[in-house]
Amino acid sequence: MKVRVLYFASVREKLGKDLEEIELPAGVSTVAALRSHLRARGGLYENAFSEKSLLRAAVNQDMVQPSAAVKAGDEIAFFPPVTGG
Amino acid sequence: MKVSVQTADFDAGIEIRTISKNSAIGAVASFIGLVRDVEMTLEHYPGMTERAIGRIVEEAQGRWQVMDCTVIHRYGALRPNDQIVLVAVASAHRGDAFEACEFIMDYLKTRAPFWKKEQGAEGPRWVEAKSSDDQAAERWKG
Repeated sequence: MKVRVLYFASVREKLGKDLEEIELPAGVSTVAALRSHLRARGGLYENAFSEKSLLRAAVNQDMVQPSAAVKAGDEIAFFPPVTGG
Repeated sequence: MKVSVQTADFDAGIEIRTISKNSAIGAVASFIGLVRDVEMTLEHYPGMTERAIGRIVEEAQGRWQVMDCTVIHRYGALRPNDQIVLVAVASAHRGDAFEACEFIMDYLKTRAPFWKKEQGAEGPRWVEAKSSDDQAAERWKG
């Protein structure tokens, strides 16, 4: 089950990439679980997704809570709290 | 209704006249956000940004009489005194126009996926979100 993951602003800079396709392991079915899975990759990911990083997420371009479901084919984005306007 | 996310500058006068043409409209309230004294770059999430602003406008239409509305938000490199954002709301009366305009702006600050990176004296840094912006959006609930 593949998902498309997008990174913006400081998350993009910490990872050095703005987009990747990820094969979700069994059991990863929420945004929070995906965040933990990414952090567990270590290195740059551990830094970008550390517990203390204040992050927001969107699934298919709607801002969601960490408990939101993720499924095959979804576009999931991670980014810091927004600062437009 | 018009939502535009663009690098180009905008002319508020033209935008306001465009949404003022219907003779049932008695009030247009507008807000323009400007860059203060730093150079900055604004990043956004193409696709989601337009969708998020569209939803905010829809929510405003559900709460107030909004006869027409234009939201323009710029991204890319911006300099001191540049215009960043325009929200203009047309209604029959000023109460609806004022409140809908402020609501759209408050929600845009907390829900539209934009990120500012300022060129400070010690190099570039991402602007941190303010809790006062969350509070401003919260007060429209309930």
